[in-house]
Amino acid sequence: MAQFLFEADLHGLLKLDTPIPNAPPARWQRKAKESGPGPSPVCVSPMKPANRSHSSSKTPSKTPGKSGSKIQSTPTKAGGDRYIPNRSTMQMEMANFLLTKENDPAEESPTKKEQQKAWAVNLNGFDVEEAKILRLSGKPQNAPEGYQNNLKVLYSQKMTPGSSRKNSRYIPSMPDRILDAPEIRNDYYLNLIDWSSQNFLAVALDNSVYLWNHATGEIIQLLQMEHPDVYISSVSWIKEGNYLAVGTSSAEVQLWDIQQQKRLRNMTSHCARVGTLSWNSYILSSGARTGHIHHHDVRVAEHHVATLAGHTQEVCGLKWSLDGRYLASGGNDNLVNVWPCTQGGGGDFAPVQTFTQHQGAVKAVAWCPWQMNVLATGGGTSDRHIRIWNVCSGACLSTVDAHSQVCSILWSTNYKEFVSGHGFAQNQLVLWKYPTMTKVAELQGHTARILNLTMSPDGTTVASAAADETLRLWRCFEMDPIKKKEKEKANSAKSSIIHQSIR
Amino acid sequence: MAAQQQLGREHQGITLRGSAELVAEFFSYGINSILYQRGIYPPETFTRVQKYGLTLLVTTDPELANYLNNVTEQMKEWLYKCIVQRLVVVISSIESSEVLERWQFDIECDKTAKDDNGPREKSQKAIQDEIRSVIRQITATVTFLPLLESACAFDLLIYTDKDLAVPAKWEESGPQFIANSEEVRLRSFTTTIHKVNTTVAYKKDSVP
Repeated sequence: MAQFLFEADLHGLLKLDTPIPNAPPARWQRKAKESGPGPSPVCVSPMKPANRSHSSSKTPSKTPGKSGSKIQSTPTKAGGDRYIPNRSTMQMEMANFLLTKENDPAEESPTKKEQQKAWAVNLNGFDVEEAKILRLSGKPQNAPEGYQNNLKVLYSQKMTPGSSRKNSRYIPSMPDRILDAPEIRNDYYLNLIDWSSQNFLAVALDNSVYLWNHATGEIIQLLQMEHPDVYISSVSWIKEGNYLAVGTSSAEVQLWDIQQQKRLRNMTSHCARVGTLSWNSYILSSGARTGHIHHHDVRVAEHHVATLAGHTQEVCGLKWSLDGRYLASGGNDNLVNVWPCTQGGGGDFAPVQTFTQHQGAVKAVAWCPWQMNVLATGGGTSDRHIRIWNVCSGACLSTVDAHSQVCSILWSTNYKEFVSGHGFAQNQLVLWKYPTMTKVAELQGHTARILNLTMSPDGTTVASAAADETLRLWRCFEMDPIKKKEKEKANSAKSSIIHQSIR
Repeated sequence: MAAQQQLGREHQGITLRGSAELVAEFFSYGINSILYQRGIYPPETFTRVQKYGLTLLVTTDPELANYLNNVTEQMKEWLYKCIVQRLVVVISSIESSEVLERWQFDIECDKTAKDDNGPREKSQKAIQDEIRSVIRQITATVTFLPLLESACAFDLLIYTDKDLAVPAKWEESGPQFIANSEEVRLRSFTTTIHKVNTTVAYKKDSVP
């Protein structure tokens, strides 16, 4: 029998987490017994300070030997040990209650079934036992491809400009002038106004082109198409301002002399309407509905010198860079292509860059006047973003959500800013700071979407043509007279220095 | 049954069948309104109709109309049998198939109406007035519901009694809940036989 007792003892000793049965009571137990006035020494109210026994017999019993010896070796400090010097602030019973309560289900003592039911109701929102969820198999067809929620444009408008920084100059919020543009074609893909270096504003109204002299205010009708169904789809001034290129819906590209008010040439090479034109000295580039871009050398009889095939749909934005090295084109296929001015090794033109990030037709294309390789592009209704590119590296330098169709972008030559024209819902012009891309101002007034923007030769005025059949002139880049003088002075000082050095 | 219905109409009361028809009709117009107001389908595929003294928009797309009609007819039958508990319109993004909005119509059926055949005392006009205010509220929700940024599809779930045999072409489904949702309770209406409580749950904006 004795060996069994021994075995039981051994078991007891090996089980560390049970109290040693016949060990002398630990000091805390003895103390509790002595001090406890009531019959149950374990159950002491938590309010009683400095009494370790209210941690209940559970905790010390886990390592009874250890805790006993530890307490004996430490100098007796009221109710504390080396690690937790003061237990009096701990609400042990409260903590214990909360700990155990957390694991309990909501009911006091639920039967298993009830508990499961409660869980099911909580998780599924219905009782699995009592309900069934049915659906008609086969989903209703989705909205057609490309459909976009109209509310999106309506409810994602922001009234306040992105930046509240005080603007240093005065920008008139009203247009300087409003001109009527009856029968202007409300077609996003056309380019209907252009302002020449000789201060003539060319406006294409359906099948005729009018010239408005900004200096004198007189209006000349330059041309009218013979066939009533043919309309003007694009106009573009040569840099010198004495010739106007006109693209028509009958796929012609015409060249008009302003002095004589006569047609010089009629160049046919396209087979669809010519929606956009851009000059690079004697090369006139034209983009057509077919997606092809043609280069016309206007000096020679065989004018069609090159074809650039990089778009699958209508080309609506076309701009030569100011140094004439690159041609940027944007199309209805959401692509932006950047073309070199000369063909590659094989004799074919291939784009040096193709940007695919826009989600809508790209009509707004503009080159930065002070950084030659920076290009700004803006997307249509389904995109609504303005993107700035470095065409050498192909990197997108910055992107800003304009919250509205971008129809045109123009860089200011007077300030480090650019202006963009927009459609639904506010039909406004927005002035942006570059490179911070913060809004400087919003110019509102048009009652229908803006179609085109063009800038006066002195860079102070922006003309906007809109579908509300008006042209509005905004003096948004007016030079500060003091700064202007300083600039002129600086220029003259520079020239005098050069002059001296030469002497 | 038809004679009884006739009788019910004359007495300005409402029978079980009449109630089922009214409620099913409400669902048809309600779902159409949701699809239009939330921009699930292009607005040009909807046409205006006069109903409940309001101008409501109803889809003209034949395939969609047919689908809705199938569901409404089935609902009518189940409403008549008083075995339907809830109708849910689930709106989810097509791209991520994440549930963005959940329109829940809880139906409380008075099952005693199956046994007593007499019509209940409530005029059709009073019921229609109640329905009108619910539909008006559905229209007004556009102002507070978050914009559905991506293209969305919808699905209809019907909660029925457990013992119902699943009819052909129908299948069982999960509840399709929205994780982290906000809920708004709309008005309710009752035909005295069927009571419909409307709530809309939508995904909380990630940015508070």
